[in-house]
Amino acid sequence: MQMRDDKVKTSNRSKFSISTVNSIYGYIFIMPWILGFLIFTAYPFFYSIFLSFSSVLVSTEGIQTTWIGLTNYVELFTKDIKFPIALISSIVAIVLSTPMIIVASLIIAMLLNGKYRGRGFFRALYFIPVIIISGPVMSELIENQAAKIVIPTKYMIYQFFSMIGPVGAPIVYVFDNLVLILWFSGVQILIFLAGIQKVDTSIYEAAAIDGASSWQVFWKVVMPYIRPIALINAIFTIVEMSSNAGGDINTGITDSMFQLGHVYSYAAAMSWIYFLIILLLLVITFLILREKKGDR
Amino acid sequence: MRTLKDKKFKLSDIIKYKPIRVSAIKKKLLYGSREKSSILKQVLVYGLLIGIGFVYMYPLLYMAVNSLMSTSDILNPTVRWIPSSLNFRNYVIAFKVLDVGKSLTMSIVMSGVPAILQTISCSIIGYGFARFEFPLKNLWLILLVAAFIIPSQVTIIPKYILFETYKMNNTPLPSFLPAVLGQGIKSSIFILIFLQFFRSYPKVLDEAAEIDGAGKLEVFIRIALPMSIPAIVVAFLFSFVWYWNETYLSGLFFGKVIQTLPMRLQNFVDNYNILYPTPPGSTANKLNESVRMAGTMLTIVPLCVMYFILQKQFVESVDKTGITGE
Repeated sequence: MQMRDDKVKTSNRSKFSISTVNSIYGYIFIMPWILGFLIFTAYPFFYSIFLSFSSVLVSTEGIQTTWIGLTNYVELFTKDIKFPIALISSIVAIVLSTPMIIVASLIIAMLLNGKYRGRGFFRALYFIPVIIISGPVMSELIENQAAKIVIPTKYMIYQFFSMIGPVGAPIVYVFDNLVLILWFSGVQILIFLAGIQKVDTSIYEAAAIDGASSWQVFWKVVMPYIRPIALINAIFTIVEMSSNAGGDINTGITDSMFQLGHVYSYAAAMSWIYFLIILLLLVITFLILREKKGDR
Repeated sequence: MRTLKDKKFKLSDIIKYKPIRVSAIKKKLLYGSREKSSILKQVLVYGLLIGIGFVYMYPLLYMAVNSLMSTSDILNPTVRWIPSSLNFRNYVIAFKVLDVGKSLTMSIVMSGVPAILQTISCSIIGYGFARFEFPLKNLWLILLVAAFIIPSQVTIIPKYILFETYKMNNTPLPSFLPAVLGQGIKSSIFILIFLQFFRSYPKVLDEAAEIDGAGKLEVFIRIALPMSIPAIVVAFLFSFVWYWNETYLSGLFFGKVIQTLPMRLQNFVDNYNILYPTPPGSTANKLNESVRMAGTMLTIVPLCVMYFILQKQFVESVDKTGITGE
């Protein structure tokens, strides 16, 4: 109140309108975020585009950049042996795991929905992976074969994919790490569960009275409600999987950051190719799962 | 319609009808086939839940069992689930390799402090978005979501250069500063949670306090914050867990100086070889998987303990904060 009185004297109008005061306070509250966004997200975001088109020299006086156009990008695809393989395997792993995670978490959420004994226990059980999942723990478990509940090498289909080399590698990866991929579905289960419980139960009743089987109720009634939640979950999953610290691309980026002759810029180009593909995946996901008109 | 609604039928009643009380089970013997199929369904649901639960827990069980095995047990193909003798020596070795005393303290500090900072900043920012109307608000909200989607790999290099320029690398600041400014790990999600939460309680309360002479900041601290304790708990716990498990950024920014438990685990093999050098050609001190599994166990045990105590807060978080209401 005191502050407003001070301002009144300086302004010609009798007093600030409420909306002006509101917007000033709004900006005061979100100021930390705007500052942080500019410093730690927007600036690095654009600077890394610039870096990816440059050649960087690190000296005692700081870094010097020279514009070299698309050279880094061309080199990544023509001279680098590791990068295309790592890129393909990372992307295919995301493409294969995301639908698996969404379907698995939806099924588990449907199972967990309802009142019965032990519900809390199972909910807690399925959530444990969220607590312990981290890059080093995952790679230790994978390296020590802890995730192989079935031995997939026995099956024909596995042998087929492992024979066809780098293209089959991601599929082999999915077979090998089936369990750990499911570990990524903890948060998604909770989100689905909350979504299912929000659906007005009278709609189920109406459908049941009209003679719909539970199968029909699921596809015709529950599904349209779940679609937007599935979209949120799919986006969350893709973002989560893509930033997995153990991923080939992610380790590749930090490894090549200080590569001689390629300092910073080469890794920046790598990250940008990766990001653009992830963005494309997100757009495709959005187009598949968005609400279509006249769906409900 | 109305009478049906009054009876409060739920999805579970229709899809998988489950009698709970003993009297209901007795009834089953009297009534016919409908009840019988419901028992079948119940068995099916429990079977699936337990089956999937076993698949989920398999790596943990495997890890727990193998961490207790001696070298001969690992090599013996007949020993699979029950070790012939409990071998706690693995844990002693892993404890030394991980330097648990030091790295556990580091882990707690390096995840506790940013978690507190992030919770505070996200609640302030969320309140700003929820309670005030200002120009360009929608633009900032879109950028908020965009900030979530931009992966850390894209911004990691310029951030590294930035921190290098201001001599902040190898100090905890690269983790603390973004947390203060709402750019920590998954900050966008927490801001949206707070936004949703502050929107859900009546604005009248704020206005009443303002009429009584409270300033905007006072309203936030004395009215809004105490009402949003569930959201604060969720934001803090999840921040803590995610900061604990984060190794990608922290490994680059201060991994050489400050080593948390997961970071020690990442270099487990190297650290082991420094502590227990193996003479060439000999297998005397050779690192085996039991020791590695024991190390992994030690890394996750603190989080598991926390989870067992605060399990409800985690699992009910989504219901309480209403993320899906977006």
